[in-house]
Amino acid sequence: MSSSAQTSLSQYYVVRVEMTRQFITGNEAIAYGALAAGCNFYAGYPITPSSEIMHIMAVELPKRGGVFVQVEDEIAAINVLVGASWAGSRAMTATSGPGFSLMQEGIGYAIMTETPLVVVDVMRAGPATGQATKPAQGDLMQARWGRHGDQALPVLAPSSPQECYDLVIRAFTIAEKLRTPVVVLSDEFIGHGREVVELHKDVQVPSRRKPKSPKEPPFYSEDPRVPPPMPSLGEGFNVLVTGSTHDGYGYRDTRSFETHYRLVKRIWNKIWLNIDSIFEYEAVGVDDAIIGFVAYGSTARSAAKAVSILREEGIRAGYVKLKTLWPLDTKPIEALAERVEAIIVPELSLGQLVFDVERAVKDYTKIHRFNKVGGGEPIYPRELVELAKKVLGR
Amino acid sequence: MKKEHFSLKYLRREVLPTLFCPGCFNGVVINALAKALEEEGVASLRGYVFVSGIGCSSWIPSPYILADSLHVLHGRAVAVAMGVKLANPKLEVIVIGGDGDLASIGISHLIHAARRNLDIVVIMVNNLVYGMTRGQQSPTTPRGLKTATTPYGSFEYPIDMCRVLRETNANYVARWTIAHFYQLKDSIKEALFKHRRGFRYIEVVAPCTTYVARRLGLRPSNILRDLLRKSRRVGESREATQGGEDTIAVGVFKSEDKPGYIELYRGYIAGLGGVYSG
Repeated sequence: MSSSAQTSLSQYYVVRVEMTRQFITGNEAIAYGALAAGCNFYAGYPITPSSEIMHIMAVELPKRGGVFVQVEDEIAAINVLVGASWAGSRAMTATSGPGFSLMQEGIGYAIMTETPLVVVDVMRAGPATGQATKPAQGDLMQARWGRHGDQALPVLAPSSPQECYDLVIRAFTIAEKLRTPVVVLSDEFIGHGREVVELHKDVQVPSRRKPKSPKEPPFYSEDPRVPPPMPSLGEGFNVLVTGSTHDGYGYRDTRSFETHYRLVKRIWNKIWLNIDSIFEYEAVGVDDAIIGFVAYGSTARSAAKAVSILREEGIRAGYVKLKTLWPLDTKPIEALAERVEAIIVPELSLGQLVFDVERAVKDYTKIHRFNKVGGGEPIYPRELVELAKKVLGR
Repeated sequence: MKKEHFSLKYLRREVLPTLFCPGCFNGVVINALAKALEEEGVASLRGYVFVSGIGCSSWIPSPYILADSLHVLHGRAVAVAMGVKLANPKLEVIVIGGDGDLASIGISHLIHAARRNLDIVVIMVNNLVYGMTRGQQSPTTPRGLKTATTPYGSFEYPIDMCRVLRETNANYVARWTIAHFYQLKDSIKEALFKHRRGFRYIEVVAPCTTYVARRLGLRPSNILRDLLRKSRRVGESREATQGGEDTIAVGVFKSEDKPGYIELYRGYIAGLGGVYSG
């Protein structure tokens, strides 16, 4: 009985991956995107609403000679990825809030040791167990700042299954090019929402650069925008990897100011000086707008719909959708602020992105929050339309 | 020409001498490992990967051993080792860590790796306390010992990891003290070169000279005598096998040759069409 059930499960996923245009969920798109990007190692722990990603990897990776492993907890998952990445694998895990919290120390280790890997967080309402598994956007600040210490890492945010597919490929590209962990911040609406996705197959993700000789330091580069080359274990480099402050060759130095400052500043600069190649956004109707929205993820879709309704009613509205949440380039928000009478920041949380908007907008214009979270309630476009009209006094 | 110490060919000379306390027994562990490798004719450690967490004994491989090493988060050495081994099964992965790292914060990874019979070697240097953080109680601290956090003497029951791991699917479980240098060296040889697969665990009782010996009023040489006096060969008597308040069960608790995780995974994916890199 169980074997036939398993066969049908595997067939269910097989059929899908052979086609290029698919009617699939965001979670499925993330798994297929990762496979297209050459992901060959997945370690994870079950948690809704991210489990489908794990299910597909469990079916697909063994068939491709890759490694799929269900580990004892999320702490193990992130640390298994670190080992796999240093052994040369392209590694990913997916989780949701509680698991993401458990992974934070390991993500910090990956930042400090410049270990490429991808962590997907399909957000649900928290804190703690919260509302398993109702959608939310409360992990934004955690994704950016969840670890102790000075650091930066890229955070990407898809707002549709298509963007799930595209952005997870981008996440692997950034991870390999910049030798950094990358977070993909999805949410339950996107993860379980089903749309047509174009699964393009001509995906090329570059591989990390390897050193030519052991003389090349694996933890220092003159130009902070270019990460140092990364040797793999077993290649004779006698590589020293440590989460302690280290010099260019990996030797621990827990005393000197120069070594620590140089290391954390270089890792910081590696992300921030590459902002132009990491940061992506979409601006619609901004040029003539009198009211604007700034949003990301599922909420950006409500904003987009609200904008089209408002325009149909003759009110010039526009929106900025952030596809990269960190490092954040505030220029598109500033450009919006210079034109509109007010900016509305809708969030499925008590308000986190709004701090960025406040920072960017300064005194140019008024900012209105629209916060809602819990019970699986989306932010309805009509709610945003009503708020926009009220703000404009119409 | 003066003959060089046998350990030196496996060490990074530029970082010697070590930062360990005077009289620290970590050196005995390094020497036992080096002797085992030398006797098996291992010329270079290419292909060996050492993984360690946080603590005094975690410094043995990083930076002292001349090989690839990952010095990782507190307690997570076994998890990282699993990632390394699965990603490249050709590598020989050795975890070295202490009782705080492996039997406290990292115990779940240790037990699950043993449950999976994961193909790695774990050497636990049991110094009976947290040494690096200045001598607090650890899960292996014997009852009655005064530590920084048990100033009136530890009253908790300690854990015996050999007895715990014996009940899992681990292939090899052994314990020696630093007073059993040759037996320890032979166990390392057995784990690395005879078994070659599955989960292999070797514990070395190496009381912290700074925070245990001093509090007991023992010199390093007296510690050796004390350890020999307390040691009971496992299997010889019920008391030895169970372990007691004032005894240390030493010897090979378990020695099997079941297929390890890598073989099980290879079997699992066989016929699915993929080629596992190992």
